[in-house]
Amino acid sequence: MKRKLHPALIAFAVLVFIFLTGPLVIIIGSSLSSSEFLEFPPQGLSLRWYENAFDISAFRRTMGTSFFLAVAGTALSMLVGVPAAYAMARYRVELPGWLGNVFVLPVLIPEIVLGFSIMKTITTGYEVPVLPSLLIGHALLVLPYCVRVTGASLNSFDFSIEEAAVSLGCPRWKAFFVVILPNIRAGLIAAFILAFITSLNDVSISLFLTGPGVSTLPIQLLAHMEQFFDPTIASVSVVLMFITVGVMAVVERTLGLTFLTK
Amino acid sequence: MKHRLLAWGLALPAILLVAIFLGLPVIETLLTTFADPKGAFAPYIKFFNSGFRRTVLWRTMEVAVITTVLSVLIGFVTAWVVANAPAKAKSYLIIAAVFPLLTGVVVRSFAWLVILGKNGILNSLLLALGVISEPFSMLYTQGAVIVAMVYLFVPLMILTCVGVLEGIPQDLTDAAASLGATQWGIFKQVILPMAVPGLIVGAVLVFTGSFTSYATPQLLGGERQMMMGTFLHQRAMVVFDWVGASTIAAIMVVVTLATVLLMSRLARKLNPVAG
Repeated sequence: MKRKLHPALIAFAVLVFIFLTGPLVIIIGSSLSSSEFLEFPPQGLSLRWYENAFDISAFRRTMGTSFFLAVAGTALSMLVGVPAAYAMARYRVELPGWLGNVFVLPVLIPEIVLGFSIMKTITTGYEVPVLPSLLIGHALLVLPYCVRVTGASLNSFDFSIEEAAVSLGCPRWKAFFVVILPNIRAGLIAAFILAFITSLNDVSISLFLTGPGVSTLPIQLLAHMEQFFDPTIASVSVVLMFITVGVMAVVERTLGLTFLTK
Repeated sequence: MKHRLLAWGLALPAILLVAIFLGLPVIETLLTTFADPKGAFAPYIKFFNSGFRRTVLWRTMEVAVITTVLSVLIGFVTAWVVANAPAKAKSYLIIAAVFPLLTGVVVRSFAWLVILGKNGILNSLLLALGVISEPFSMLYTQGAVIVAMVYLFVPLMILTCVGVLEGIPQDLTDAAASLGATQWGIFKQVILPMAVPGLIVGAVLVFTGSFTSYATPQLLGGERQMMMGTFLHQRAMVVFDWVGASTIAAIMVVVTLATVLLMSRLARKLNPVAG
């Protein structure tokens, strides 16, 4: 559906895209500043704030925690989410229709309410240590992506291929690994990446679940911002942005970005 | 029967994860607000009797509604341009919309701190242009929170709307055109009615997202522009008033669920294809 566009509309869209990309350009610019202050355009160029960011042990430590949570939380979520998605796609008649809604609850309940409630009941009430609580919180947070995105791939999967493998003597569990998983690879990768990025950037759940010595990078950034207003934050932000670019390049290579508009 | 057991067995770990770590804690939070010794609804009476708390709720509503309206309008018009752009330009535009979306909320809110601060870019620019004679603080205002939130949600709206617009079958617009409809007529009578259900879904995401946000109001609104999210955090972690915090949480849950349910119903009703 290509239509001729009115010049005013094009001008408007150009302004919107400047609005969208401008602030990110400003962060990159100010992270390269050589002065003590956040400024744009920078007076002189240097990488000192990147060095400073890596020198601050709190940033190194929380980045490690954030990575661990994003990888382990997503893995845990996939481990329980993919079988559930498979069950719902394969046994549509045997399972009730509302079951799908259960797995959407983590996006339906406000994140900050979930974080607060987990802190209150699980961490404080059942005295679960902070790190496992965080892990559970992050696994829950990304569960909707794991179930829905893999579920979308499974719904377009022709299960007669699985039946063919089974009737030729392949055990069911093996058919799952050698027939189904390779066929829904694109969905698995997409789910993993969306979940990973969501976890890495999460604020509202981690906000309540950080304890002595345990914190995530976004929470550490927030805390740092309240005390200092120097370009260190900008350089940490740029590092995070480059991780995103890397992840996006992987998505583009494997799937093409158009899947995000579907 | 065997299949049914197997199906439930496969889904069980995920069900347990949600039931134990989401269901249980959230229900406990909701129950806390009714177990007050001063009476079942005491925390709510306290909430709605306090002018400050009502202001916070009202402000959050206002910010969320304004953010939603602006994001939907900007997102829809931009998506229209993106959807009708040449293929090459379109893929770049989609990348430009996805990239901010994948960048964290903290980073994106921080950018506005740099732009709107007293020694920020906007002030320097206005000073240099001679529009103002001395820098003024734009931070910690409702406007700052709204600008940053619109910035947060416009990419989401663009992607949603591009998906919606591309989902409209070309046969329909072709048919309208062959029957003599003008460009504007096609837009008003075919495209808009087909797009509205999708727009509502997107609007719900923006509304609930901004209604429950924390990082943006914390950084750009501060204490002065307290919103439900920042207020909940303050009650829970600064004052340790867990009943008060639970009450805020319960109100957030009710508003969110009510919006989602009502709006998805409306979207279904307005869907010209299903209806």
